[in-house]
Amino acid sequence: MGVWGQIMSNNSLVSIADYSKEEILAILDSAADFETNPNRKTLDGKVIATLFFEPSTRTRLSFETAVVRLGGSIIGFSDAATSSSSKGETLNDTIHMVSCYADAIVMRHPLEGAARYASEVAPVPIINAGDGANQHPSQTLLDLYSILKTQGTLENLTICLVGDLKYGRTVHSLIMAMSHFHPTFKFIAPDELKMPDEYKVFCRKKNIPFTEVNELNDNFNDADILYMTRVQKERFQDLMEYERVKNVYTLKNSMLENTKSNLRILHPLPRVTEIDPDVDSNEKAYYFRQAQNGLYVRQAIVSKLLKTT
Amino acid sequence: MEKELKVAALRNGTVIDHIPADKLYKVVSILHLDNCEQQITIGNNLDSAKVGKKGIIKISDRAFAEDETNKIALIAPNAKINIIRDYVVVEKRPLSLPSEIREIIQCGNPNCITNNQPVATKFHVIMHDEEIMLKCHYCEREVIRDKVKIK
Repeated sequence: MGVWGQIMSNNSLVSIADYSKEEILAILDSAADFETNPNRKTLDGKVIATLFFEPSTRTRLSFETAVVRLGGSIIGFSDAATSSSSKGETLNDTIHMVSCYADAIVMRHPLEGAARYASEVAPVPIINAGDGANQHPSQTLLDLYSILKTQGTLENLTICLVGDLKYGRTVHSLIMAMSHFHPTFKFIAPDELKMPDEYKVFCRKKNIPFTEVNELNDNFNDADILYMTRVQKERFQDLMEYERVKNVYTLKNSMLENTKSNLRILHPLPRVTEIDPDVDSNEKAYYFRQAQNGLYVRQAIVSKLLKTT
Repeated sequence: MEKELKVAALRNGTVIDHIPADKLYKVVSILHLDNCEQQITIGNNLDSAKVGKKGIIKISDRAFAEDETNKIALIAPNAKINIIRDYVVVEKRPLSLPSEIREIIQCGNPNCITNNQPVATKFHVIMHDEEIMLKCHYCEREVIRDKVKIK
């Protein structure tokens, strides 16, 4: 059992904060193994439910692909309007009902804490595929896998986080997960979307050096990883300010000239205007392969939860 | 002598002492003592060497359950509870916050599952820079102890 016994003590994956460094590394090891051979029949006869109370494209498709490539079957819904929650059924009842049919449940829900609650009432493993603005641990694990794969290590890296650092759950979870590996952070965000104090307090407590700047420019020339996020219009009270920020925070190919050769650009996707399409052909653009890595990481997660590896 | 008389005057019941004066009526409110049917004496702005001005509550024939004392610990952590039987203090119970608090706090996050579905709240008591914080077990949001919303 080793570290996996500890990870799966409640047999669910709810929050990245629940996992130790060793537990995270064990998931990444397993993902690397699935990358060498993603087509196996280890989930033969298993039924996985994907309950998406909130829409998602990448996460749902990659979980479903992960299961299908391992020989498992998928049931579920991709829109809450087609589920009985639209008739007022409680999450408790939905989870109990689906547990009668499925061996594990992958769930995205708009309410924060929904996955933790589901993991407490479900007799089968719950995989959190996003609970409101709270946690999305499979995204964090695939981010880590992408960093490890492109840099050869997770240790002592300089990581620039760019864009919506206030509301972006992916950057918050990434800070927590990377805290095991002696990173240096640079937070690049407009004043409206600055990194919340609680994460800066967290970094200070863990002796993680960080700097803050509010212009993108060439502030990432010393970076190993440039983690871009979407700046969302609805976050701004002043739309003039949004228009200014949107243009300042667009990464263009010409801005990458003086960056380190090992720099890779990550983005949880979907992107809108923050990465110009002219970056896509640059070898430092890694966001589509990052999405592909999600498949292997999710195969590792599902297999470990169902103890099929 | 005066203090002894206050406690001794109660035959059976509970005395909540050393409540900071500005917290007295909040304690009365969260324990719903305004609707209490037992005999109750409430004193405030009494001189206290420990807290300057203090409040005191004496309730006859009433014991407090654990979740009720948890509520007091949230508002007035240094208050003292004395259990009285036959005019004698049989138990002095200093309050301390438990590591986990169930049900009595409402999560301040409107998007938390506990505010939208029939789910009992649960909070973890944690320290941040010498400040006591409460972290929602479900949505993971943190709130300073002084700002918690008691149900």
